[in-house]
Amino acid sequence: MLKVFWAFIKKEFYHIIRDKRTLLILFGMPLAQILIFGYAVTNEFKDAEIDILDHAKDETSKQLINHLQSSGNFIVNSNLISENELETGMKAGKSKLVLVIPNDFSKDFYAGNPLKIQLIADGSDPNNANTLVQYVNDMVRKFKTEKVSAGLNPFQIGVETRMIYNPQLISAYNFVPGTIALILLIICAMLTSLTISKEKELGTMEILLVSPLPPLLIILGKVTPYAFLSFINAVIVLLIGYFVFNVPIIGSLGLLLLMCFLYVITALSLGTLISTVSATQQSAMMKSLMGLMLPSMLLSGFIFPLASMPIVLQYLGNIVPATYFINILKGIMLRGAGLNIILYEVGVLILMTVVLLALAMKNFKIRLE
Amino acid sequence: MSAIEVEHISRSYGEVLALDDINFNVEEGELFGLIGPDGAGKSTLFRILTTLLIADKGKARVVGHDVVENYKDIRKKVGYMPGRFSLYQDLSVEENLSFFATIFGTTIKENYDLVKDIYIQIEPFKKRLAGKLSGGMKQKLALCCALIHKPEVLFLDEPTTGVDAVSRKEFWDMLQSLKKKNIAILVSTPYMDEASLCDRIGLIQKGKILKIDKPQQMMNDFKKPLYAIKTNETYNTLQYLRQQDFTESVLPFGEYLHLITRERLNTETIKIHLKQKGFTVSEVKEIKPTVEDIFLDLSDNEESLIK
Repeated sequence: MLKVFWAFIKKEFYHIIRDKRTLLILFGMPLAQILIFGYAVTNEFKDAEIDILDHAKDETSKQLINHLQSSGNFIVNSNLISENELETGMKAGKSKLVLVIPNDFSKDFYAGNPLKIQLIADGSDPNNANTLVQYVNDMVRKFKTEKVSAGLNPFQIGVETRMIYNPQLISAYNFVPGTIALILLIICAMLTSLTISKEKELGTMEILLVSPLPPLLIILGKVTPYAFLSFINAVIVLLIGYFVFNVPIIGSLGLLLLMCFLYVITALSLGTLISTVSATQQSAMMKSLMGLMLPSMLLSGFIFPLASMPIVLQYLGNIVPATYFINILKGIMLRGAGLNIILYEVGVLILMTVVLLALAMKNFKIRLE
Repeated sequence: MSAIEVEHISRSYGEVLALDDINFNVEEGELFGLIGPDGAGKSTLFRILTTLLIADKGKARVVGHDVVENYKDIRKKVGYMPGRFSLYQDLSVEENLSFFATIFGTTIKENYDLVKDIYIQIEPFKKRLAGKLSGGMKQKLALCCALIHKPEVLFLDEPTTGVDAVSRKEFWDMLQSLKKKNIAILVSTPYMDEASLCDRIGLIQKGKILKIDKPQQMMNDFKKPLYAIKTNETYNTLQYLRQQDFTESVLPFGEYLHLITRERLNTETIKIHLKQKGFTVSEVKEIKPTVEDIFLDLSDNEESLIK
């Protein structure tokens, strides 16, 4: 039996090596994805250009402006003179933010009078605008604490927020786990469903069925190479995340790899299930794309937070395996969570896997129809 | 025990009746041909016998095992070559053969003598990808793969379709020699001229078996007077003959018309009769029937058979 299994794996590797499309999906896609998410799709900003309308033009207001620039994250594009110019920079697409400093800034500031700095942000890019506004808020608060000794303003209460686990809100911390979840799913599930339906399409499944091979062996023989390769892919993405994007792995590496392995099995059973209900590669491809990739990207909390979605989508998100896997990954990598903390997610994944495997086995046809 | 026993097998796809009460046996070491046009139900029958489909009605046994209940036993003992080329196109000749040997729990070496005569012809191309072989080579490789585990029964679904004339002949020579190794072979073909190479043939059309017999016997049993007529105006002559009372049927066969009459006529009489009607007839002769003549005579619907 082992010899048969080995022959199957050898054959599958020949298929993979000789098919450019599979090779591309297998190794090109993970690289492309991590680089796209890493460098292009990001909420981080550097050197954001801002305009400033300084009504006060006094000592303190200049200090504040310098303080903002000192962070290296803001560059003052132009100093405006009148209210009329507020939107000019933004309309031209150059400035992302306008800061308006009121009259008598110095006086009110030191007297402890209530004063308001106005921030105008470009809402056409909401994520970016939010991040910028938050960042300026932080900077202003810091400026305040630096300048004002506590004794002078005994009654002022400031709210200070501190992000932990990802204090700089680096998006790599979010996309590396997300990308692993997505890549494992695509490679395991999509390629598995493609490779099995290819055998059906080309008629080779007919010959495999009319042979002493038990169905389980046919499936195992087909999925094992993909399990192996996608596991390697997961490790590659982890390495790129660690070395290129400095995503830490605080928790146990062993547990992390074990979880990747569990998820690989989940994805494989999904792929097998898809293949049992698709007669052609095309239909397997469509089903994987629509049924797996989109939900895993959109509904797993990878790109959009699940909590802010309509209730129906939240329920849908809860049946996407990637949702749980991303939580597991973030738990282990960023928070150093142990098995006891992620027990619920692991339990759900195991349950999903068992159900999917059972369905796939039940659906696998020992005959043509 | 027969190698293949088929009893009252029927199968339909939705409304279409693909097989209608099929009965026949194939003995050990017998080369049995299923002869019929495309869509006659041959492939469906093959799939039922190779346990890939379940019949709606009837029973079938292959090497003594029921095709539904004991399908696993059958799958160990038969070799199956589907109608479509179904090997791995991106694997080389050698890789294909060794893969199929392995999944049947054997090796190329172990059963080399069985496939040797065939394999020797494709061996020069053993490193070539199967997808890059010519049609004839592909079929030889497929036959090797179906044979590599020394099956007791061989199912060959249209093995010579799309294969050149020389390779077709070679292929049938191979089947003859396999028969000597006591392998029962069920082969289907749309080519009537291949029928005479089988031990027995079953003529099948529209899911029904029209007749089963030895090809020679079938020809000897055909008692109707049959004439071949050669004329320059095939179409007009055909139209004319169709309307005559003495005609039972008349069909074009290449450059000849084959005419079956209701009673025996003199060839000269036919010739003179046609000449009087203004047709130029160069030859009229009484001939022995081919399998195709018999087939066409048996089939009730002539229209569908004129290719």
